[in-house]
Amino acid sequence: MAELRTETMTVNMGPQHPSTHGVLRLVLELDGETIKSCMPTIGYLHTGIEKTAEQKKWQQVVPLVERMDYLAAQSNSLAYVLSVEKLLGLEMPPRVKDIRVLIAELQRMASHLVWIGTHAMEIGAVSMLFYAIRERELLMNINELVAGFRFFPSYFRVGGLREDLPRGFHEAVNAFLDRFPGKIDEFEGLLTKNDMFMRRTQGVGVLTQDEALAWGLVGPIARGSGSDYDVRKYFPYCGYDTYEFNVPTATEGDVFARYRVRVEEMRQSVKIARQALQRISPSGAWACDDPRVVPPPKDKVYTEMEALIQHFLIYSQGFTVPVGDAYVPVEGPRGEHGCYIVSDGTNRPWRVKMRPPSFMAIQALPKIIQNGMIADVIAVIGSTDVVMGDCDR
Amino acid sequence: MNAASIIDTLTPLVPGAAYEAGTSVDFATIYVPAASLVETCRALRDTPSLRFNVLIEVTAADYLPREPRFEVVYHLLSIPHRHRLRLKVRAASNEVDGMIPTVQSVWPAAGWPEREVWDMFGIAFAGHMDLRRLLMPEDWDGHPARKDYPVQIRKAAQTYEPLEVSEDEFKANIERDRLRRRH
Repeated sequence: MAELRTETMTVNMGPQHPSTHGVLRLVLELDGETIKSCMPTIGYLHTGIEKTAEQKKWQQVVPLVERMDYLAAQSNSLAYVLSVEKLLGLEMPPRVKDIRVLIAELQRMASHLVWIGTHAMEIGAVSMLFYAIRERELLMNINELVAGFRFFPSYFRVGGLREDLPRGFHEAVNAFLDRFPGKIDEFEGLLTKNDMFMRRTQGVGVLTQDEALAWGLVGPIARGSGSDYDVRKYFPYCGYDTYEFNVPTATEGDVFARYRVRVEEMRQSVKIARQALQRISPSGAWACDDPRVVPPPKDKVYTEMEALIQHFLIYSQGFTVPVGDAYVPVEGPRGEHGCYIVSDGTNRPWRVKMRPPSFMAIQALPKIIQNGMIADVIAVIGSTDVVMGDCDR
Repeated sequence: MNAASIIDTLTPLVPGAAYEAGTSVDFATIYVPAASLVETCRALRDTPSLRFNVLIEVTAADYLPREPRFEVVYHLLSIPHRHRLRLKVRAASNEVDGMIPTVQSVWPAAGWPEREVWDMFGIAFAGHMDLRRLLMPEDWDGHPARKDYPVQIRKAAQTYEPLEVSEDEFKANIERDRLRRRH
């Protein structure tokens, strides 16, 4: 019998493959169905947001950074706003902190809902997408109620919030929080004990804790591998240390473990959101009282000359930030989101750099999927929950 | 942990390195000379009282017209001790002095962030396994995050040469397609 000719095959996956969450291109080298090597190519969504931010005033950067990780817009802007406030030395009133916590947790649920819908759809449970997107729609409605914008609310501002909460906010959030835990049970009923889902995810894409940390995957991926690192517990911001919640972890480190961690995170988010909602009074302070950053109230602008001048200066020239640099991390839905800012003492940032969790996850992708099967690539990409806008910025 | 105590711990471990504490509003900042960067990072990772086991990110800032012009910034995190550290390495604009050793051997996570710094700022990392452009196309001119890179100028995107097909090949292809359709 003639010698069988064997060679590896190179397959191009993407950049327009529907399962790669945006435009990610993978060059896979296959030996049969086994992956020998993988080379991700990124940059298709690079829009130079960090460079653009250097031309804008400090406050104008908020809507820009929200467009990086477009599924967790307010996680980006929270990291940016906290960093600038750190340099300015501003302390927020408790009500502002509570509102920020509540909005950030709603954002986490919205992001995880897109993840659970797409992740399950990609490995065959197509109907999951519709259930998840239906719940997310309610969160988008809350965004619209708060800020008039569904996807990129730009509700967080340096120095507080854009405006006070609207009428009917408490009722809308309460209605959602009453409804949502039952829906998580419904999702779990469809997936957690689903034999096909378990077979597609258990033992697939295994990552040990040491590997996850060495590759910088702090966030749900490391928590699926046994690490308990969560910025909200380790470096509390916005008063997270006063809330009661658990950090869910799993030890298996496979796709199924990451799934369980994120589902449990949604339950914990509901718990935090309830506590935050109870603390938020219907009316009160929605910004700090620092006259450098926050314009005076409108009735004073109309009656007092100094207030008018202050208002004009803040809206025409912006405010200046002391020379220095700062990095404040927040726990985003995908892991540690942080913003490194450098100020040269003027009214525009000298450098804005977002720490993107998706960037680190895609870097580690070849490590996770090596020697796996080609069908598992989709499951692993889904479990890392990457957003290409966050990766390419 | 403040910068002074970290420097005190490091100095006996890395002989000959001149550290400098930086000012910061959030957590400790240390200036590290490029020559002793890798040993410093290894000491920071392995010393039991420090244990910086996670490299959060590598980035840079361009301080034109100051010289040395660039600062490469490393954000480190120690999960066991719950503290953070910022390392800064000064880099000059010319190629030779601008060479900074890669810390990939200490934290594999440094691979892409260092590639991004090369892509955006043109700071080369000595010993890097795969120092190519990451976010920009491979044949891009210049390094966009530098302060002297023009921003308000329209420029057509550069791409590779388009696929060239001669007229005969084109006609033969059409003909093949026509024959295939008939059957």
